[in-house]
Amino acid sequence: MDFDSPARATYWLIQGRILFIALYVLGTACFAWIVAKRLTPLRRARKDFRLDRPWMRIERILQYWLGQWRHPRYWGAGIIHVLIFAGFLILAMRAFALLIFGVSNNLVMPGGRAYGIVRDYAATVVFALMIVAAIRRTIFKPQRYRVPARFGKDRTAGAVFLLALIAVLMAADGLFDAARAAAHAESLPHGSLSWAFQKGLFFASLQTLWALYLGAYLLHGLTFFFLLCYRPFGVQFHVETSLFSIYFAKLERGTLKPVRWDVSEADLDQVKSLGVKTFEDFTWKHILDFYSCADCGRCSDQCPSNTAGRALSPRFFTLKARDYCYQHYPVLGRSGNGTRLVGSLYSEDEIWSCTTCGSCEAECPLLIEYIDKIVDLRRGLIDEGKVPQSLQKPLKALESRGNPYGKLEKKRADWAACGIRILNGNGNRADTLYFVDSITSYDERMQAIGRATARILGHAGLDFGILGACERDSGHDVRRFGEEMLFLSLREHNAEAIRASGVRRIVTADPHAFNALQHDYRDLPPVEHISQVIAREVEAGAVRFEPVANPDDVYTYHDPCYLGRHNQVFDEPRKVLDAIPGLKRVEMRRCRDRSFCCGGGGLALFYEPKEEERIGVKRVRMAAEAGASVIVTACPFCLTNIEDAIKVAGMEGTIAAIDLAELVEKQLEPRLHESVLISRGGRQI
Amino acid sequence: MKILVCIRRVPDTSENEIELNRAGNDIERDDLVYSVNEPDNYAVEEALQIVQKAGGEVTVITVGGEEDEEVLRREMAMGAHHGVLLSDDSFAGSDGRGIATILKAFVEKDGYDLILTGVQAEDGGAQVGGMLAAMLDYPFASLVTSIELLEGGKLQISREIEGGSREMNEIDLPCVLSIQTGINEPRYVGMRGIRQVASVPIPIVGASELDLEPALVGAAAAKVRRLDYFAPPAGKGARILQGSREEIAGELFELLKAKGGLN
Amino acid sequence: MPRIFAYIVHKDGAVDDTALELRATAERIDSTAVLTAVVAGWGAELDAVCETLRASYPEIWKLSHECLAYPNAELVRKALAEVVPRGSIVLVPHSHFGVDLSPGLSIDLDAAFVSDVLEIEGLEGPSLKLVRQEFGGVVSTHVRCDISTGAVLNIRPGAFPPLDRAPAAGQVREVPVGPLTARRRYLSTIVPESGDVDIAKFKMLVSVGRGIQDPENVTIAQELADAVGGAVSCSRPVVDAKWMDKSRQVGSSGKTVKPKVYMACGISGSFQHLAGLKGNPFIVAVNKNSKAPIFRVADVGIVDDLLEFLPVLTTKALEERGVPAK
Repeated sequence: MDFDSPARATYWLIQGRILFIALYVLGTACFAWIVAKRLTPLRRARKDFRLDRPWMRIERILQYWLGQWRHPRYWGAGIIHVLIFAGFLILAMRAFALLIFGVSNNLVMPGGRAYGIVRDYAATVVFALMIVAAIRRTIFKPQRYRVPARFGKDRTAGAVFLLALIAVLMAADGLFDAARAAAHAESLPHGSLSWAFQKGLFFASLQTLWALYLGAYLLHGLTFFFLLCYRPFGVQFHVETSLFSIYFAKLERGTLKPVRWDVSEADLDQVKSLGVKTFEDFTWKHILDFYSCADCGRCSDQCPSNTAGRALSPRFFTLKARDYCYQHYPVLGRSGNGTRLVGSLYSEDEIWSCTTCGSCEAECPLLIEYIDKIVDLRRGLIDEGKVPQSLQKPLKALESRGNPYGKLEKKRADWAACGIRILNGNGNRADTLYFVDSITSYDERMQAIGRATARILGHAGLDFGILGACERDSGHDVRRFGEEMLFLSLREHNAEAIRASGVRRIVTADPHAFNALQHDYRDLPPVEHISQVIAREVEAGAVRFEPVANPDDVYTYHDPCYLGRHNQVFDEPRKVLDAIPGLKRVEMRRCRDRSFCCGGGGLALFYEPKEEERIGVKRVRMAAEAGASVIVTACPFCLTNIEDAIKVAGMEGTIAAIDLAELVEKQLEPRLHESVLISRGGRQI
Repeated sequence: MKILVCIRRVPDTSENEIELNRAGNDIERDDLVYSVNEPDNYAVEEALQIVQKAGGEVTVITVGGEEDEEVLRREMAMGAHHGVLLSDDSFAGSDGRGIATILKAFVEKDGYDLILTGVQAEDGGAQVGGMLAAMLDYPFASLVTSIELLEGGKLQISREIEGGSREMNEIDLPCVLSIQTGINEPRYVGMRGIRQVASVPIPIVGASELDLEPALVGAAAAKVRRLDYFAPPAGKGARILQGSREEIAGELFELLKAKGGLN
Repeated sequence: MPRIFAYIVHKDGAVDDTALELRATAERIDSTAVLTAVVAGWGAELDAVCETLRASYPEIWKLSHECLAYPNAELVRKALAEVVPRGSIVLVPHSHFGVDLSPGLSIDLDAAFVSDVLEIEGLEGPSLKLVRQEFGGVVSTHVRCDISTGAVLNIRPGAFPPLDRAPAAGQVREVPVGPLTARRRYLSTIVPESGDVDIAKFKMLVSVGRGIQDPENVTIAQELADAVGGAVSCSRPVVDAKWMDKSRQVGSSGKTVKPKVYMACGISGSFQHLAGLKGNPFIVAVNKNSKAPIFRVADVGIVDDLLEFLPVLTTKALEERGVPAK
C-alpha cells in the first residue's frame, strides 16, 4: 500500500500506470475528436478577420477573461462565478499534477506547501459554491434562467448535473488527499474539504483508506475526462472557448461588420448572395460565439425586446443556433448543411424585432456579439425580398427622396425657416456643420429640437450651417436593417456633400446620425453630439442658465442607446443638467450603459412587432418609479417613443418628456415654447 | 402558364406632393419621383406567386417611351422573366382605349393564358383591363383580391365589393383580371436587385411589328382627352362648426352626405 | 341628341340612391334627351324595383332573366350590349360594379368611356366637357369626351344630388334578352366577420384616438359607424392600449386608407397618424382641445367632447336614414 503512487497500485489486476495511461489517451483522443468535429463548421463558415491589434486583444483577455470584468454586474451570480473561476485557475496546476501521479512514480507536488494550502481552500470554496449555486438554481430560481415554453424544456436539471460533477471532482480530490493524510497521519489545512474528510476517516482502517485512496483517484480521473469530453456538448464548453471568444471579440464600437470580410464594397455586386441565409453564412467567430454561450440569461434579461414580450430573446437566439449546429454537425455521423435559418430556426418577426440597442453585447461576460448577426440575417432577408410591408414603404421613400417619410428633398430645410446658413455650394461656407438628419428635419414635433439646437450653436458663437436639401438620411438604420446597398448610396451622397461644404467639425443632435458619422462613415471631420458642445460651454463658464421654472419637478436623464451605450457619452448630458440651477435630478435604476432602450429609432419606428407591452411604456414606468416627473433625453427617436408611451400609459399630466437641447434652450432664455406645451398636455415645466 | 402583366409608370403619390404648377394648368412636374403604379406591383407579385406554384413565366409590359423602361426593369428585378416596351411615335396621346388597342395587338401576336393589370392608376381611369378583355373577347373581373388555380383551365377568384365583402367567382382561362392592392405582400426590391437586371435586354415593339392601324391609336384616335389640371375647391384649415350640438350634428350630416361618406 | 340610359343598381327589391342621382346627371347633360332607366334582374325583386322607378323615370327597360338574379357584370354587359342602341350615353354609378361593367361595355358599344365623373360642364358640339379628379383628389381636371359614337360614363355617387321633380308616371317595358352565358360565373358572397374588418375598404371612417378615454366608449364610435355604413378605425395609442385590434390602426406603422370621409375623434393629429391618410379625404375633426394640431389639417372642426357629440350625430344619422342600428 504505497500511498504515494497510484501508478504503482493495482486496479483489478491492471497496474495503475497502464490503466491511467489508457484513460488519458482515450480521454484526450476523445476530446480531440470532439473538438475537431466542433471545428468543422468553423472551417466551412465565412471568413472573419480577427488577428489585428494583438496587444489590444491581450488587454481584453486580462480585463474580461482574467479580470472577469463583466461578471459583478449581476453581483450574486457574479461573485460566485469570480470565486469559482479563481478557484479553477488556482486548481489548474493541481489538476494536471494529479493526473501525472497516475502515470509517474514520483509524487512531487509543485508549489510546495504554500500552494498546497491555497489550493486546498480553493477546492473547498469551489465545492461550497457548487452547493450554493445548486440551491440558488433549484430553490431561488432566478427569473433569467427560466425557459419560455416555446424555447424548450427547463434546464435546471442539466445545470445541477454539471454543478454536481464539479463538486464530485473537488470531493474526489479532497478524499484522495484525506485518505493519504489519514494513512500518514499528516495534517491538512484546517477547515478545508480534505480536512473534513480526514476527520470523517478517523476510524477507518488502513484497508479502507487504501481503497478510498485508489477509488478517489480513479473517480477524479474519470470525472476529469468525463467533464472534458462532456463540456463541448453544452454550456460548459465556454470553459474552453471563452479565452478565444474574448480574444477574437470585436474591437470596434458602434459599427457593423462589412457584408463580406473578403469582398470589397465595390465588388459586392458580383456576389450572388448577400447576408446570412444558411448556417454556413455565419462567420467562424459567430459560430464560436454560439459555442461560447454560458446560458447565463443576462442578455435576455437586459434586452428590451425580450422584456416587452417580443419574439426575440438573445439568449435563445444563440442557443437555438448552437443546438442547430450540434444537430447538423454531430460528433458522430455525417454533417449536413444548407437549411434556411429564417422560417425554420428563426421567425422573421424575431429578426426584425431587434432595436440594435446593444445591451446584450454590453452585458455578455463572454463578449458574444449579437448586432452583427442580426444585421447579417436582415441582409439575407433583404436579398430575398422578404421585407415586411411596413418597412418597404420607408425604404422606398429613402431611395427616392432620401428620407423615410417620402417628403420632398427641397423641403428638408423648411424647418429652419430663416437665418440658418445653408451650405449647398452657393458660396456659403462655415466652420461647423450641423447635421440634422431626417426626423428632425421633417417631423413637426422634432423640428423643435432642430431649432433649439441651432439657437444653442448660435449662442455658443459657432460658425455653423446645415446642408439643407443636399442632406440625405444618414442611413444609420438603413444599414442596421440590412439594406447595405441603399446605405452605401446615402453615405456616398452625404460624404460628398460634407466634403464639398469644407466644414472642419460636425455637430448633431441625433445620436443615430452621431453614431453613423463617427463609425459608419470614413474620413470625415470630427463629430460631436450637441450635449458635448453644451457641456464644454458649461465647463468654460461660457453659458449661464436660468433656474427651472418649477422647482418641484424631478428630472431624470434617459441615456439614448446610440449616445450612451454605443458611444460612452454618459457624463456630458448630466453635467449640463446639473448646471441648471434648481434642477433636481434622479437616476433611474437602469441608467448609463444599463439604460433601457426607448423602443428603437430610425426604421424601428415603422416596424410593428408582436409584443405584450410597448418598450417605451416600460421605460416611462421606470422613470416614474425613480420618482421623476420629467424625462430628459437627447435623441429625437427617444423623445418620440417616450412621448407616445406617456400617452399610452395614461400618464399625461404626471410625467412629461423633453429633449436636452429644448430644455437648455429654454433655460437660456425664459420664454414659453408651444411645442413643449403640446408635448406635456399643457402643463408648463 | 404564360402570364402578362400590364404595368404603368406613374408619379408616386406617397413620395410626391402633387400640386398645381404656377400656371395652374398642369401639375408641377419638376420634382416628381416616378415608380410603378402600386396596384400593378401587386399584380406582378401575384403573377410571380402563381408561376412559382404552377410553373410558367411572367412578362411585364408597358406602353410608353424610354423613361418607362425603368419600371419594367424594377419588376424584372422582382422576378418577372421578360419585359417588353411597346413604343412608337404613333402611340403618343392615346387614351385608355388606345392603350388597350395597342396591348390587344401585342397579345394577339404572342398569346397569354392570363393577363393582369392593376385596378387603377393614380392618373388613370380603371379602364384598360376591362377594355382589353372586351377587345380580346376574354372574360374579365375587376378588383380581384384572391386567385386560386382550379383544374380544367379555370380560376376561382374573389372580388372586393362594398363593405369589405368578397364576391366569389369562377372564371375561365384565358382571362383578364384587374388586381386590387392588398391581394398579397409584394416582395422587396432593393437597389441591388435593380442593378442586377440593369443589362438585361428589353425589346421595343413598335406599330409596324404589331400590324396596328395608326388610325386606331394615338392622339387623333382618342375619344377622351384631358384638357388641363386645376385646383379642386377646398378650404384651408378647419372650418369650425358653430351652434348647438344638434345644429352642428345636422350640418355635419349634410356634409357627410355631400362628400360621399354615406353608404 | 343621343338617348341617355341610366343603369339602375338595386338590392333586395330596393332601388339604390344612385338611381335618382343618375337622373340628375342626365338632366345636367341634356334635359331634353330621351331618358331611360335600364334595370337587370329577376323575379319579384325586379318587379318591385321597376314599380318604384316609375315615379322617377319616364321609361324603364326591364331586362328580366334568371341569370341576372345576381348582378354578374359580365352577364349584364352582354345584356346591355344587346339592347342599348349604338350612339347612346349610358350612365353607371362609379362603384365596384361600375368599374367591373363599364370599360368592357364601352368597347362592346364602340363608345367612349370616362370613369368617376364629378361634374358635367356641358356639351360642346360632338363632345361633353366633364370634370374628374386625379391623384386621389388632389387635383381636378377638365376632360373632353367625344360622344359622337356614344359614351359610357361612370358617375361618382354623391356628386349629382337628386333634384326635386314631379313624379314621372313612367312606363315599364320588358325588353327580351337572348341566351346569356359568360365565362365568369358568380359563386357566392362572403360577408366579413366583425373581427375581419378591413378599414381600407370603407368610404367613411370614424376614427378614435386617446380622447376615447376608455375601451367601453368605443361602442359610441361603433354606433355612429354603423349608422352611416362606415367602420371604426383608430390611432396607435388605442391599439397599444389594446382597446382595438391592430387591423384598425391608421398611420405610418398601421394601415394606409383612402376614405372619402375621415372623422378624427379625439385624435390629436400626429404626423405618424396622418401619414396613413391618403387620397385627400374630407376630414372632420372632433376634439375637446381647440388647439389640437388636427384642426390645422381638417376640413371642418367641432370643438366638443366626442363622448357627448358622437351620440347626437348618430341619432341624427339614424333619423335621416331610417336605418336600424346593427
